[in-house]
Amino acid sequence: MSKYGVIAKFDNPQSLVHAAEKVRDEGFTKFDCHSPFPIHGMDDAMGLKRSKLGYVIGAMGLTGALFGFGLQTWIHSIEYPMNISGKPYFAYPAYAIITFELMVLFSAFGAVFGMMFFNRIPRFHHPVFYSEKFSDVSSDAFYVSIEIDDPKYDESGVIDFLKNIGGTEIEVLTDEN
Amino acid sequence: MSIKSKALIRAEKLLPGNQDFTSITDDIAGVPEQKKTPIQWWLLFGLSLSLLSIFVGSVGFLIWEGTGIWGINNPVFWGWAIINFVWWVGIGHAGTLISAILHLFRQNWRNAINRFAETMTLFAVICALVFPGIHVGRIWVAYWFLPLPNQMGMWPNMRSPLIWDFFAVFTYFTVSLLFWYTGLIPDLATLRDRAKGLKKKVYGFFALGWRGGNRQWQHYELAYLVLAGISTPLVLSVHSVVSSDFATSVIPGWHTTIFPPYFVAGAIYSGFGMVMTLSIIARKVYNLGHIITVEHLDKMAQIMLLTGCMVGYAYSMEFFVAWYSGNPYESFAFVNRALGPYWWGYWAMIFCNVVVPQFFWFEKYRRHIPFLFITSILVNIGMWFERFVIVVITLHRDFMPGAWAMYNPTMWDVAIYLGTFGLFFTGFLLFLRFLPMVSIAEAKLVLPESDPHHGESHE
Repeated sequence: MSKYGVIAKFDNPQSLVHAAEKVRDEGFTKFDCHSPFPIHGMDDAMGLKRSKLGYVIGAMGLTGALFGFGLQTWIHSIEYPMNISGKPYFAYPAYAIITFELMVLFSAFGAVFGMMFFNRIPRFHHPVFYSEKFSDVSSDAFYVSIEIDDPKYDESGVIDFLKNIGGTEIEVLTDEN
Repeated sequence: MSIKSKALIRAEKLLPGNQDFTSITDDIAGVPEQKKTPIQWWLLFGLSLSLLSIFVGSVGFLIWEGTGIWGINNPVFWGWAIINFVWWVGIGHAGTLISAILHLFRQNWRNAINRFAETMTLFAVICALVFPGIHVGRIWVAYWFLPLPNQMGMWPNMRSPLIWDFFAVFTYFTVSLLFWYTGLIPDLATLRDRAKGLKKKVYGFFALGWRGGNRQWQHYELAYLVLAGISTPLVLSVHSVVSSDFATSVIPGWHTTIFPPYFVAGAIYSGFGMVMTLSIIARKVYNLGHIITVEHLDKMAQIMLLTGCMVGYAYSMEFFVAWYSGNPYESFAFVNRALGPYWWGYWAMIFCNVVVPQFFWFEKYRRHIPFLFITSILVNIGMWFERFVIVVITLHRDFMPGAWAMYNPTMWDVAIYLGTFGLFFTGFLLFLRFLPMVSIAEAKLVLPESDPHHGESHE
């Protein structure tokens, strides 16, 4: 039973964005803003850097393309050169399609599994799930959570701060595991 | 009134009535949460299961007996199996167009139909994959398609369009599945948070512990955008590669460079027809007329008009080039399409794909739901005939009159085709019953309140 942090509810996307700006300006770093859908401009409001996922996808795409082209070249030029309809062994224009398809396939795996890696999911237990009301966040609620790991965390101070910026239904969450 | 403000007023109409975030969640999540399944669902599901049993029986007999039970002969070696394969893959393409291309163009109206269309893509591609799977004859060695090391030292011929096709459709299915599932994660979290007991555990398992934090949305949105970005060239490549199966051969009527764009346009045309059919049924059965509105149907009809005209252009250009080429075999192939023994197939195609969509120039017809329902089915009949024209009419009379023959399908051809409808609709109905048919998170983005600057004065 260790403490996790504090959550506070906000009314709508506008107030959540404004709250995020204030939390950021106050100097907190271990916080998150929960909403039922992605909110435009929230990354800036929270002071988040651009996602690095693009590099992962790019690397995977390149791997897929090289693998696809290499596989075809190896099969027809090295492993088992076979004359079919007089086509050249190294028929590189004909390799374009499978090279492209494997590039797309690998990038898609990179996008989905990279997203899971950066988001640390699957993670079935998380302290925010111990709040009864927090589950509304997947329907119509907007929450800010500030974690105990934040260097500026001080429980009563954080609660007062969240009240001041308009948060309601403030809860202190404990990690029950 | 400027054009832009008119467009804005139209956009507002996409979600009529006093809807808010809560009502959208309740309306959409309410369908899979229904205690009592509607009687129409059970009727359709019973019908689908009977068709599915026909599918299982006829494919089982095909595997037992071999492809001799089909009507294929010499010279028509490619019969209904290839027609149905191309038809089903084509239907799938509208799903990707809606979810990927319209996402990249920020067409928010797609948010009401994209889940729907993506699911249609998944099951349509499964139905399509059945045909190359079973038409190889010895299906227990179908894995020879894969470049697997084996003791015979045998590899697939990577320079053959049939292998390109295998890779393209396989990649297409996998990427569509990933795209569909990624889109579902936030909605599964919504269902998890509303469910109890075993359902909560199952939805929770697939929701992967989604918390809706912006630190998650940030990576999620980028992943979704990139998936849309790579699906766009993918979907164009898939049907282009399918058309290469034909276009790289030397058969008059097939050996043309217009095939890739022409196939892609036809695929999107038929896919929108199928999305239209399915969404008209679903909005009726589940009373979702306020989420999938007439405005959406209108926009889909406009895309069908566009792609229908592209297909019509391709039909006339084929004729022009057949004449302009001066090649007697090429000219004969096309005259034989329109005036030969299968003239009815050609004119059914022209009627359904070129004449019918012309009604969509008029707003009255684009918003007339019974008319849209009938035309959406005609579109798919027309596109089936297009593949019939390309496959059967082209093959049955080639260079040497001595080799000509007529083609007649057998009851097994018909049974397997009907059976794939069972496969498709069984899957689709299960999706309607257990998963949100509209993306809950994305439908909310259409509401003006979702904009963080909503209600602020503009300078």
